Amino acid sequence: MSPGTRTKIAVLGVLLLVLLLVPILLPSAFHLRVAALVWINATAALGLALLMGQAGQVSLGHAGFMGIGAYATALGPKHLGLDPLASMALGTLAAGLLALLVGRPILRLKGHYLAVATLGLGILVHLVIVSEVPITGGPDGIQVPRLEFLGWRLVGPELWYGITGTVLLLAAWLALNLEDSATGRALRALHDSEIAASVVGVDVARHKLVVFVIAAVYAAIAGGLFALFNRFVTPDVAGFLRSIELVTMVVIGGMGSIAGAIVGAALLTVLPQALTLFHEYEHAVLGFLIILFMVFLRQGIVPGLAGLLARRRLA
Amino acid sequence: MAELVQLLFAGLTTGAVYALVALGFTLIFQASEVVNFAQGEFVMLGGMVTVFAMKAGLPLPLSALLAVLVAVATGVLLHRLAIEPAKGATVVTLIIVTIGASILVRGLAQILFDKQFHALPAFTGDEPLRVLGAAILPQSLWVLGGAAAIVFGLWLFMERTLLGKAVRATAANRLAAELVGIDTRLVLALAFAVSAAIGAVGGILVTPITLTSYAVGTLLALKGFAAAMLGGIGNPVGAVAGGLFLGLLEAFAAGWISSTYKDGVAFLVILLVLFLMPQGLFGRRAVERV
Repeated sequence: MSPGTRTKIAVLGVLLLVLLLVPILLPSAFHLRVAALVWINATAALGLALLMGQAGQVSLGHAGFMGIGAYATALGPKHLGLDPLASMALGTLAAGLLALLVGRPILRLKGHYLAVATLGLGILVHLVIVSEVPITGGPDGIQVPRLEFLGWRLVGPELWYGITGTVLLLAAWLALNLEDSATGRALRALHDSEIAASVVGVDVARHKLVVFVIAAVYAAIAGGLFALFNRFVTPDVAGFLRSIELVTMVVIGGMGSIAGAIVGAALLTVLPQALTLFHEYEHAVLGFLIILFMVFLRQGIVPGLAGLLARRRLA
Repeated sequence: MAELVQLLFAGLTTGAVYALVALGFTLIFQASEVVNFAQGEFVMLGGMVTVFAMKAGLPLPLSALLAVLVAVATGVLLHRLAIEPAKGATVVTLIIVTIGASILVRGLAQILFDKQFHALPAFTGDEPLRVLGAAILPQSLWVLGGAAAIVFGLWLFMERTLLGKAVRATAANRLAAELVGIDTRLVLALAFAVSAAIGAVGGILVTPITLTSYAVGTLLALKGFAAAMLGGIGNPVGAVAGGLFLGLLEAFAAGWISSTYKDGVAFLVILLVLFLMPQGLFGRRAVERV
C-alpha cells in the first residue's frame, strides 16, 4: 500500500467515524444543525485548501463563488420556475465557468497582486447581489423554496445532516484522490517553484486553472447546500468577511492538509455559535483567537499535532 | 463645466483619504513586507475617538490629538503583540494576522463606543465655496490640504532626517541596515506608529464630510490596498497617485454611470489594470532569479 493510499484511508475512515458518532453523542436538533453547517463550510474550505495548500495560490474572494451557488439555488425556482436542485447544478456550472474565464489572467498574478485581484472579484459578486434588489432581494436576503425529491419533502435536521455529511465525504474522497494523482504532484511542484515545474514539463498555467475551477465548484456546491439547508440566504454568504473566514479555516487547520481544512471549518463554525453567549464580544474574541492561532500555531492544528506526535514517537 | 468641477473635487477629496491609507500600507510594507489590513481601523479610530472625546467635552484640537495618540498606541501594540511574534511567517499568515487584528479592533470599538453613525462639525463652517459654478465644502479643502501636508512632511522626514534614512535603509536591506548599526526593531515600530498617525489624521479630516462608525475601516482598507496595488506596492508616489486616481474614478463613475456600482467600478478597473499590467501602474517588473 502506498503512503498516499494509507493517508487516504486514514482520513476518510476518521471522517466517516466522526460523521457516524456525532448524531449518537449529540442528538439534539440544534447540534445536528450546527454540525450540518460545519460539513457545508468544510466542503468549501476543502476546495480552497486544494488551491492554497497544494497549488500555493491564495484567493481572498472565494465566498463570491459560494454566493453564486447559493443565489442560483434561490433565484432559479423564483424567476425561472426551475427545480432547486437543477438551479444548484446551474449555479455550480456558472461558478465553474466564471473561474475558467477569469482564472487564466488572475492566476498569472503573484503574491499580493493575486490577493487583491481575487478580493476584487469577490467584492464585485457581493456588490451585484446587494445592488440588484428586484432580482436578488438585496441586503434583506431571499427565501429559498423547500427541496422536494420524487414527491418527498426534504426537511428535518437529521436528513440534512446526512446529506451534507455525504457530500463532504465525497468531496474529501475526490480531494484526496486529486492530491495523490499526477495533477496533485504537478500542483505541489509548481507550489515549490513554478520555473522548476515548467522546466520538467508541467503546464503551470493549465494546472493552476484546473485547481482554481475545482475550488470554485466546491465553494458553489457548498453555497447551494447552504441555501437549501438554511432556506434563506443573505448577501453575507458572498461577503468579504466570509471569504476571510474560509481562508482562516484553511490556514488554522493547516495549509496543505485536507484533514486540516475540515478541522479549521469545524472550529470556525462552532466557535461563533459558542460565543453567541457573549454576543457583544463575538468579533473581538474571534479577532483575538485568529491572532493567537496564527502567532503560536503557525503551521496549523493538524500538521502541528502531527509534528508533536512524530516527535514523541522519536523520543 | 460646473458638474465636472464638482465631481473633480468630490473625487479628489475621497481620493486623498484613499491616498493616505495607501501611503500607510506602503510605509509598513516597505519596512516589513507586511500588508497591514488593519490600516482602515486607524482611520476609524481617528474619527471615532475624536467624536467621543468631543462628546466628553474636550475641544476639537485636543480631541484630534488624543485620537492620533490612541491610533499610534494601537499601531505600536499591533506591531509588538501580533506582527513581531509572527516574524518569518508566510505572506498569507501575516495577512490573516492583520485581518484578525482589524476584526479585534472593530469588535472592541463596537463595545467601547457604539454602532451608530457619528459626524464631526466642519472645521471652518459649512458654507460652500463657489468655484466655477460648483459648490465646494470648505472641509474638502481641509482634507486636500491636510493630505498634501502629510505627504510633504513624510517626504521631508524620509529624505532629510537620519531616522528617515534609517527607515529607507531598513526597507532596502534589513540585514545590511542592522550591520551598520540601525535598530531595525525601532524602525519597524516607527513605521507602524507613523502609518497609524497618517490614517488617524485622514479619519479626523474626512469625518465631517463622510460620517464615521465602528465599521468604516474595512472598505477603506480594501480600497487603500487596491490603491497601493494600482500604484505598484512599496512605492509611495504610486500609492498617492493610485489613491487619487481611485477617488476620481469612483466620483466620475458615480456621477456619470451609476452610484450603486461606484464601489464596483474601482475594483473592476483594478482587475483590468492587473490583467494588463501585472505589476501595477508604477511598479517595476520583478525578475525571478533561479
